[in-house]
Amino acid sequence: MAEDVIVTEGLTKVYEGMDAPAVDHLDLTVCAGEVFGLLGPNGAGKTTTAGILTTRVVPTAGRAFVAGIDVVRHPALVKQVSGIVSQQNTLDRQLTVWENLYFHGRLFGMGGRDSRARADELLESFSLTKWSRASVYALSGGMAQRLMVARAIFHRPAVLFLDEPTAGLDPQSRLALWEMLAELNREGQTVVLTTHYMEEADQLCDRVAIMDHGHILALDTPDALKRSTGADTILTVKVDRDGERLATALARDLGGVVSTRVAGDVVTVQVRGAERLVPRTVDLAEAAGVAVLDLAVAEPSLETVFINLTGKELRE
Amino acid sequence: MTTFRIEANPTRSAATASRAALGGLIARDLTVLRKTFGEFVLRTLIQPFLLCFVFLYVFPKIGQAVGGSSAGAAGFATILVPGVVGISIMFQGVQSIALAMAQEFGFTREIEDRVQAPCPIWLVAVSKVLSGSVQGVIAAAIVFPIAAVVHASGVTATVSLHWLEIVTLVPLACVAMASLGLVLGTSFEPRNIGLMFGFVVLPITFLGGTYYPWTHLAPVTIGHVHWLQTLVLLNPLIYVNEGMRAAFTDAPHMHLYVIYPVLVGFAALFLSIGLRNFRRRVLS
Ligand SMILES: Nc1ncnc2c1ncn2[C@@H]1O[C@H](COP(=O)(O)OP(=O)(O)O)[C@@H](O)[C@H]1O
Ligand SMILES: [Mg+2]
Repeated sequence: MAEDVIVTEGLTKVYEGMDAPAVDHLDLTVCAGEVFGLLGPNGAGKTTTAGILTTRVVPTAGRAFVAGIDVVRHPALVKQVSGIVSQQNTLDRQLTVWENLYFHGRLFGMGGRDSRARADELLESFSLTKWSRASVYALSGGMAQRLMVARAIFHRPAVLFLDEPTAGLDPQSRLALWEMLAELNREGQTVVLTTHYMEEADQLCDRVAIMDHGHILALDTPDALKRSTGADTILTVKVDRDGERLATALARDLGGVVSTRVAGDVVTVQVRGAERLVPRTVDLAEAAGVAVLDLAVAEPSLETVFINLTGKELRE
Repeated sequence: MTTFRIEANPTRSAATASRAALGGLIARDLTVLRKTFGEFVLRTLIQPFLLCFVFLYVFPKIGQAVGGSSAGAAGFATILVPGVVGISIMFQGVQSIALAMAQEFGFTREIEDRVQAPCPIWLVAVSKVLSGSVQGVIAAAIVFPIAAVVHASGVTATVSLHWLEIVTLVPLACVAMASLGLVLGTSFEPRNIGLMFGFVVLPITFLGGTYYPWTHLAPVTIGHVHWLQTLVLLNPLIYVNEGMRAAFTDAPHMHLYVIYPVLVGFAALFLSIGLRNFRRRVLS
């Protein structure tokens, strides 16, 4: 089952009139049955990568294959095996909810009867049956998103692409979508998604590629990525002044400090195996003459990984 | 949830899949047309109705008949009625394709989904032209009877149906005008639709021989140059309207040996520009 559904080799895209490539020599493989995430800040090149794989963006150099088919040479064949949920709502406004599904089936060569049956079945499993005859204008953001996913998997694609699927969704709809994608994946659906939410990548993905400026900076399972930081605890201290002084003191005396970072009045310390972290930090701060306004302890996240790799936060 | 049978490989050849996709695209457009048929009829009939009402009813009533005498007015009716069919075909191309496409490229982004159909991108544009042409034919079929009956007494167009020309020239004109719609829809951003009407659609309609046959433009000269008659030869609507005159009346018209090849030429030209634009808008 470890068949590669997606392979890219030196994939590069330079948009006309741009100096820097949007995607720069990307090499990656997505295996059948996995949920693969492209995680990175705005402008990292996630949509461009997904665009090339879904045949909408023509690469400047390199090659990409979906289900073994070259995306540049045989785009129409690639589209046969791809399901796509793009960032905007692309539902057909002139059709009902049910018709949006039905005509998708027709588009993908299903006969009238098969298409009707599949539309009914999908509306049922996506809890949209009640809205079947409604205009798509009547759907909330979360429901529209569900319908787009239902439409994308209608023709049983080898890979389902989702570009920032939960951007702009309320927290409840986001959780529902995560649940839905996990369920699809349990049934064998390969999923490629882009996101700038590290929780989303962490929760949902089997493997995550962290992207910035068109490059993949790291690629592994979320756990392995977090382990790679070398820390088991992230200490965040908000101070009134002299963050640098506190950072120096903690690095010297706290023990097990992997790295420190000062951003304004916030000191972030990555620590491994330290005990009684909170009281000792307060003591060290006092000794350094710095007042602690706030203090938090957390496990490393993909955000930590991103900061270690780029020196900046994911959301900036 | 449903059990999955994942299509690990394309199960159909590109040609088979494309044919099915084209069918699906057109089926979708025709469904939308059926669902909104009332609206379609209204927007198709309003302009022809107003043209015939003002020129063939109001003008003769207030003694301002175009063409002077009552006989002249009837002669004008014979010129205007096929012109109204022609202009309706042109507006169908603008409305069903140019406006719809500008919108789908613009804020609804529906086109994003349509181009994911498992077929070459140009086929998506071709499907638009085909369903737009069908709408043009329907428009012609409902406009002609209206145009022929709305008039003051005595101002009757002398209609004469030439079926061979009707069944060939009407569809050909529809394809040419739908292709023009594709060019316009892929060239103008939604916010520039006003420009499109002002600088393209209006000149084409007013200088498109709707109200006068092309041969009557000969007296407009500078020195010995029939400048207007020559200039409007660039206007595709001229050939559409002359073709409608040939199809629906016995009025003098441009030679069919000119009308057919030029309409085919315009259709090919607009289609190739439109498809190139479409591809350029869809791919980056
Ligand atoms: N159509 C385009 N034309 C020119 N530049 C583009 C286009 N689309 C994206 N870019 C640029 O390419 C870079 C990557 O963009 P994108 O792939 O959208 O990133 P992401 O999805 O990660 O936010 C950005 O610098 C963006 O400005
Ligand atoms: Mg993006």
